Amino acid sequence: MTLHAWRHRDHPAYWASIVHRVTGLLLALFLPVHFLALGTALSGDASLDGFLAWTERPWVKASEVALVALLAAHLTGGLRLLLIEFVGWRRESQAMLLAAAGGATVCCALAFALNLF
Amino acid sequence: MLWIAQRATAALLALCVVVHLATMIVAVRGGLTATEILGRTRGSVGWATFYGLFVLAVAIHAPIGLRTVAGEWLQWRGRAADACCVAVGVLLLALGWRAVAAVTL
Repeated sequence: MTLHAWRHRDHPAYWASIVHRVTGLLLALFLPVHFLALGTALSGDASLDGFLAWTERPWVKASEVALVALLAAHLTGGLRLLLIEFVGWRRESQAMLLAAAGGATVCCALAFALNLF
Repeated sequence: MLWIAQRATAALLALCVVVHLATMIVAVRGGLTATEILGRTRGSVGWATFYGLFVLAVAIHAPIGLRTVAGEWLQWRGRAADACCVAVGVLLLALGWRAVAAVTL
């Protein structure tokens, strides 16, 4: 963490950058597991069904909701960055962009949770 | 170059993730089974192309992001850090395309 970054830690955009990095890091750690899980289909349908049965545990379902929230948060945070860098949405739009990103993340996680449970 | 690759893959991933999120939200309704998942994806050139591109974009995007985080948070830069990030990209590409093959072929 640079001194420059610490000086701006009271700014919402600083926390948005932290959230973007943390969600990206967690998704990168999860992806190999996700790919290996899908790869169980190589051993046949029964193998994939066995894995899917394991995912019926409540804590696994709760983790899936958290993962959807991570993905949605990283998506909306990334869209916010693209809008700032390529469309030129600047300071006056920061609060609106951050609120929209947070709102869209919660909506995605809730929609997934309502269908999952 | 890496900056452009990060943004270009981000734009592609934005589209892919929206489709993936929408698919997941709809698909989990009523529970998931191998028959239901593979019935949708197996033999589908469209899904194979979509997920193949999705994995390729992830395998480029994620290592560049990890390289940035490693530099900022761990002060880990240089050839070893770059090589490690390339290895992560190759691993994601190999595992990802294996998974795509598993559910589409």
